Amino acid sequence: MTTTTRTPTGPAATTRPPASRPGTPRSGTATAVAVLTVALLGSVIAGISLGSAVIPLSDTLRYLGAALTGGTIGAEDVTQYSIVWEVRAPRVVLAAVVGAGLSVIGVAVQAMVRNPLADPFILGVSSGASVGASAVVSFGLFAGLGVYALSTAAFLGALLASALVYAAAHTRAGLTPLRLVLTGVALAYGFQALMSVIVFFAPFGETARSVMFWMLGSLGSATWQSLPVAAAAVVVAVVTLLRSGPSLDVLAMGDESAAGLGLDTTRLRRMLFLLTAVVTGALVAVSGAVGFVGLVMPHLVRIVTGASHRRVLTIAPLAGAVFLVWVDLASRTMFAPRELPLGVITALIGVPVFVVLLRRRSYLFGGR
Amino acid sequence: MDVTLDDVTVEVAGTALVRRLNLAVGAGEVVGLVGPNGSGKSTALRCIYRALRPTTGTVLLDGSDISGLSLRDSARSVAAVTQDGSPELDFTVAEIVELGRYPHHRGGAALGERERDVCVEAMRRVDVTHLAHRGVLSLSGGERQRVLIARALAQEPAVLVLDEPTNHLDVRHQVELLSFLRTCGLTVVVALHDLNLAAAACDRLAVLREGAVVDDGPPSDVLTPDLVGRTFGVRPDIVRHPVTGVPQLVYHLGPDDPIPGGTHP
Repeated sequence: MTTTTRTPTGPAATTRPPASRPGTPRSGTATAVAVLTVALLGSVIAGISLGSAVIPLSDTLRYLGAALTGGTIGAEDVTQYSIVWEVRAPRVVLAAVVGAGLSVIGVAVQAMVRNPLADPFILGVSSGASVGASAVVSFGLFAGLGVYALSTAAFLGALLASALVYAAAHTRAGLTPLRLVLTGVALAYGFQALMSVIVFFAPFGETARSVMFWMLGSLGSATWQSLPVAAAAVVVAVVTLLRSGPSLDVLAMGDESAAGLGLDTTRLRRMLFLLTAVVTGALVAVSGAVGFVGLVMPHLVRIVTGASHRRVLTIAPLAGAVFLVWVDLASRTMFAPRELPLGVITALIGVPVFVVLLRRRSYLFGGR
Repeated sequence: MDVTLDDVTVEVAGTALVRRLNLAVGAGEVVGLVGPNGSGKSTALRCIYRALRPTTGTVLLDGSDISGLSLRDSARSVAAVTQDGSPELDFTVAEIVELGRYPHHRGGAALGERERDVCVEAMRRVDVTHLAHRGVLSLSGGERQRVLIARALAQEPAVLVLDEPTNHLDVRHQVELLSFLRTCGLTVVVALHDLNLAAAACDRLAVLREGAVVDDGPPSDVLTPDLVGRTFGVRPDIVRHPVTGVPQLVYHLGPDDPIPGGTHP
């Protein structure tokens, strides 16, 4: 609070921080986007080329070129071509989509509940989905939908769980962050109990194992048909959230400040709730509940970009996509031909990273 | 721009936090809300910056009901320095001050030259320019408070609402903040605990008790031993400030006899 008058020629009156200097977050973001875009392309091609059977890079590129441009390949290449184009390509692309989606939804959920320890599954979405999935695996629910039964049931379970959390957390004062978190966590226990009961009474012994595998996340069932819905959901999420970037920054200031800055916090939270529930549901439906990506990626990205949501949301989808492509590659190659659930690998990487993050002094969140 | 609270009542869960409160603040006037804890100061302020909607009654800006304005429109006229804790994300000081431009922007385009100047000037006025690229979580409570005031100034409001803005400030920054409020030319409504600072800083004081204004006038009329005794439950002695003549309250703690030799008991 300086009340002394400064001479207009003084340094305080004439110096102004330049709009963009080398090394400021703004120029850093452009660099990071460029680097990550190249890294993502490279990772996708590596992910398609590598696996239990390594397909040479030149062949991989040739097959991909043929598939994308409608070119022709020789009859002797058909097996490898179908590995590249029918099996691996959709799987790797889905990994990128899911990684991108979980990362941006993680950012959105952390902003919505103003809690840096929140992740996309904190509002009961994954446990709700697991109820649906276990019902399909155990009792053949939705058998008429064939291969889509599991995804459909998981998606419906996720939406139903979200609706219940919303109804239970909503009060006349709107959606308050603490209430949302507490309700989500409490109801998640309820859904998990329900899932356990379903598995317990399941007629087949294998049920528990398949439900668990599904819960920990896998992209093994990826096909070109399973991609469009998830991809569209992620694109909608990224675009919507980028547009809301400044509002998310304002929301992070606290609800009182946000009101003083002219933000309708209740309306924004409602929008975020709907968006995160639907998109997380769509992701869980195709990949199970892949943990840690949505928790750790936002923090890793913030170390590079700072807190500004627009910058975080620009980088997070690319970083998350690259990350999950490599996680998926690890999951299918480490113990090939057996596959590790994705959640196991993300946890193996995510937990130490998270602990290091929490202990770093220069990275502050949650106050002290 | 003048602010009027007309017969405002706020009920939350059946309890009236503010009942039939009337307050008129003229353009450019600095009005302090004083009163004991729970007397409804913050609630009254929250109605002005739209964090709360009055159960009955209206809040008027230049005579028109603010409930007819969008939140964004009223944030262009009214800025608030609230008691929110710090954000949980480590924004830089410059980023936080730039959020003051939020109500003036649609779609969040990049700030123009003039808007950046507004932010720079806001930071200069509260002496946080040197902190511009620091993360807000690494600041002291007082520095953080000044950043919030810079953000409010970046809003270019006509009305500034402050809820206990001197909390966490050391004495120098308390004095600087309040003398800034006196000279900033904005309409100011400020809740203050410290009656002496309130008397020094405000043109008028409104004394709140149990959600209603029980007295309202210039500090020298309002701050009487009787009124302070009735409202706060302690009886001060009132002296005049040797330079400005505003009333200042002094208290004696405990035994009525002066402490012999002036040493601590």
